[in-house]
Amino acid sequence: MEAAGIHVKDLNAWFGAKQALHGIGMEIPAKKATAIIGPSGCGKSTFVRCLNRMHETLPDARVEGKVSIGDLDVYGRGVSPVWIRRRVGMVFQKPNPFPTMSIYDNVAAGLKLNGFHNRHELDNIVERSLRHAALWDEVKDDLKKKSGASLSGGQQQRLCLARALAVEPEVLLMDEPASALDPISTAKIEDLIFELKKEYTVVIVTHNMQQAARVADFTAFFLMGYMVELDKTETMFTKPSDKRTEDYITGRFG
Amino acid sequence: MTRTRFHQGLEDLKQRLLAMGGLAEQAVERAVRAYQTRDLSVCEVVLRDEAKINAAERDVDEMSIDLLAMQQPMAIDLRFIVACIKINADLERVGDQAVNIAERVMDLSARPEPVLDVDIPRMAQLSISMVRDALNAFLAADVEMAQSVLERDDLVDNMNREIFEAVDFAMGKPGNNHRSLLDTLIVARNLERVADHATNIAEDVIFWVRGADVRHHAQG
Repeated sequence: MEAAGIHVKDLNAWFGAKQALHGIGMEIPAKKATAIIGPSGCGKSTFVRCLNRMHETLPDARVEGKVSIGDLDVYGRGVSPVWIRRRVGMVFQKPNPFPTMSIYDNVAAGLKLNGFHNRHELDNIVERSLRHAALWDEVKDDLKKKSGASLSGGQQQRLCLARALAVEPEVLLMDEPASALDPISTAKIEDLIFELKKEYTVVIVTHNMQQAARVADFTAFFLMGYMVELDKTETMFTKPSDKRTEDYITGRFG
Repeated sequence: MTRTRFHQGLEDLKQRLLAMGGLAEQAVERAVRAYQTRDLSVCEVVLRDEAKINAAERDVDEMSIDLLAMQQPMAIDLRFIVACIKINADLERVGDQAVNIAERVMDLSARPEPVLDVDIPRMAQLSISMVRDALNAFLAADVEMAQSVLERDDLVDNMNREIFEAVDFAMGKPGNNHRSLLDTLIVARNLERVADHATNIAEDVIFWVRGADVRHHAQG
């Protein structure tokens, strides 16, 4: 499916009585990588979890406002969260492969859940997804022999990426995808983000500002539930407009 | 305030560069004093002290590169370090210009005084004041002062052109020593370059503080 941009308007989110996001408005362009940075508790993870309707799965969590992916109204009446999550893949901070499933089944899981059982097609998609995640060469001889849990942390994260890509999403959300990885695995994930954004709309939450600077076309700075600034990444890191952004990225904060 | 060590490193870099600026400014002052008094001992001091400026240049480069490599500076800090690297190169050149002037003075002192209607001391005073104000602008992150330096560059350029014309005219007068005239022309030329470096420094201060590129009338 062709990648679409994301349009966010007046988005508010709560955990019980506590408001976590305040009136976020943002255009996330298609086929670009957009990074969300900000200190712990600024709402950046909550924000991406609102994009694929994961926020509402938490107890007492609530969302108001508008999110659309291309023409699709994410919070529209009758729109299924399951359908949204097919179009919006997500990779988390801690690699979370299905531990007892084989490498192959980890990648095929999403398709099988969606009732897809054509063996030959599955083989093709598993290979293509693993290639896309730059893991194929390392695991092609053990696809059905080894479990997801037997891989290294960096490999597990790429396996999770392959699993997300297998259902052919339009948007990839990555919540701190490299923060639990060593520098080599981190570099592989960053290289992948560069490749993936040619086909997907990528949104990456990161604590690592250098990582945002390296991979993202656009960067947004969040603070206490508000979006302070969104601009081209090179502008954000050389000449931000808002004093709060400058204080944060130069470490004069807190 | 977080990143204390990093910000101390930035402050140390600033102090080192300011100290170097003091040396460069002093070298030009001495060279000009030597020109006015034809005092060869002052020329010797200028030549000797150039090594201090060159050593400072290496220090500033090393401190800047270390900060870039170890601290991954962003935004105003990144602009500050880039500005320091560029100012460093300009100050080193100012030191070279002082040496060039001192060498011309040594040559002049062995020859007949040229008969020439030029005001080198006034030009020197203007150039030195531009260096001093550019360094003060750097010290205080003062964009207005930096701007005032930029506005003075044309005055020095005009003086340089006037001196060129005066030397050209004096060459046609019988009895004038051509080599003394050329020495004087080169002194003026070096003072004009000093003002150019002061202008560059002022531009770098504006880039650091405002993030605006004001070079060559670029739109900031």
